[in-house]
Amino acid sequence: MSIPRTAKTTTSDLGPLPPASSVRSNDRWLKLAAPFLVGIIFLGGWEAAVRIMAIPPYILPTPSRIIETLISDWPTLAASLRITLAITFSALAAAVVVGGALAILFTQFKWVELALFPYAVILQVTPIVAIAPLIIIWVNDTNLSLLICAWIVAFFPILSNTILGLNSADHNLRNLFELYGATRWQTLRYLRLPAALPYFLAGLKISGGLALIGAVVAEFVAGTGGTASGLAYRILEAQYQLKIPRMFAALTLISLAGVAIFLATSIIAHRLLHRWHESAIKREN
Amino acid sequence: MREASAPSLAPVDPLIRLSGVSKTFSTGTRAVAAVDLDLMPGEFLSILGPSGCGKSTLLRMIAGLGTPTGGEIQWARGHGGGSRHGTRDLGFVFQDPTLMPWANALDNVALPLILEGSAKREAQAAARDKLALVGLSGFENAYPRELSGGMKMRVSIARGLVTEPSLLLMDEPFAALDEITRHRLNHDLLNVWRDVGFTAVFVTHSVFESVFLSQRIVVMAARPGRIVSTLDVAAPYPRDEMFRTSSAYASLCRQASDQLKLAMES
Repeated sequence: MSIPRTAKTTTSDLGPLPPASSVRSNDRWLKLAAPFLVGIIFLGGWEAAVRIMAIPPYILPTPSRIIETLISDWPTLAASLRITLAITFSALAAAVVVGGALAILFTQFKWVELALFPYAVILQVTPIVAIAPLIIIWVNDTNLSLLICAWIVAFFPILSNTILGLNSADHNLRNLFELYGATRWQTLRYLRLPAALPYFLAGLKISGGLALIGAVVAEFVAGTGGTASGLAYRILEAQYQLKIPRMFAALTLISLAGVAIFLATSIIAHRLLHRWHESAIKREN
Repeated sequence: MREASAPSLAPVDPLIRLSGVSKTFSTGTRAVAAVDLDLMPGEFLSILGPSGCGKSTLLRMIAGLGTPTGGEIQWARGHGGGSRHGTRDLGFVFQDPTLMPWANALDNVALPLILEGSAKREAQAAARDKLALVGLSGFENAYPRELSGGMKMRVSIARGLVTEPSLLLMDEPFAALDEITRHRLNHDLLNVWRDVGFTAVFVTHSVFESVFLSQRIVVMAARPGRIVSTLDVAAPYPRDEMFRTSSAYASLCRQASDQLKLAMES
């Protein structure tokens, strides 16, 4: 049914598509080089300062000493890292499932939100350090109690962001769905969930870091009394034994794990949003 | 010039008959007061009026988005769509393109069919046809943000037509576009209309646009929103740039302008 004119108009008023993310290699190089350079200067300064002032390793070890310890103690530290990461990721997964499901439930049934949301807020604002001892006493399984603590810290950003996202679908698009007699399920699937995705992913970025913090804090509280042997436990242990380089090594691993989680969630967000969402698009101007 | 409620153009039944349609918002504002209007099958009708005259509200009520607080909107047999979840025999083009940013042009156009329960393959085939109809072949996989304002509006029109409705309602669809793009879209819209043969209702506040496009112009006044006059545009189709510069066009624009002026003073 094409009309004779269409071909002409297509080429004239439509113009070419904007170029797919033009590669500005200079920018990209700087983006990697600048933080790397800062890191080198910082670590070099640290190394030099400790050596020149002859600070003993039980006060402040040199970066080279920390790396040495990281290598020599690797079997112990790796096992602990695995435990901490297992708790972190289980908690994050639980936060995604429970936070996401509650968000959908809350937006589908207003009365559920009215009834439960205040308790979600209470859970969120109560400091985890204060309730962790109780949870550890109540729950027999130490790993499970740590997981619960990490989950409590991690789930709220996902919940509140996803609720915001589910409610942020464009008003006219909602009218359009109404016009075509969309069912509640269709509106959820084709409109509200996709609209909520950027918000959910922003929540996931925050929760990824929080899950790790929650896991570490809970381990600290469980402390030597617990049977777990995650990285926080290694820090406590090293502190008691004045093995300060080992403490730093464990700390380094926690930081690296946090950075890795942040990068992973950022990559996921970019992958899912780069075709359409404002936040993930490079602009020329 | 004749009253809106006068006998119809030809001895055919109207597609839709509005009788005494009113809308009073809960704030007490009378957005639309006692509108009588027959929409004839296949005609191109414009609703012209200043902003705030209730023309959009009227259009939305015809679409079933919001119910009248008074009067009746009757559809001709077989086009009905009274049931809550039964879809109406119409397409709607909003003032903004109102596309899903996360879906490409093809999926955006296919949406109404998907919502009506069509298989994805069939819905996409129909969507491909309609994208070709509005001159967007080759842009199936483009995302809305990769398209210009005019192209987005074309996608929106293709979506409005994908269910092959008898009626296409357009709410100032080109108001945000530059004049060159708007002229081209007016032109292409007329071609599509003549090609497909749906009934078109086009809300605008542009005198020139309404005269160029329509067979009949309904002029509305504000506070309360009501029809004050109707103007027939007898010029034949196809209308092209020659028509836009003709003296007939100029005098029709003058007439419509006068009516609009009267409407705004009343």
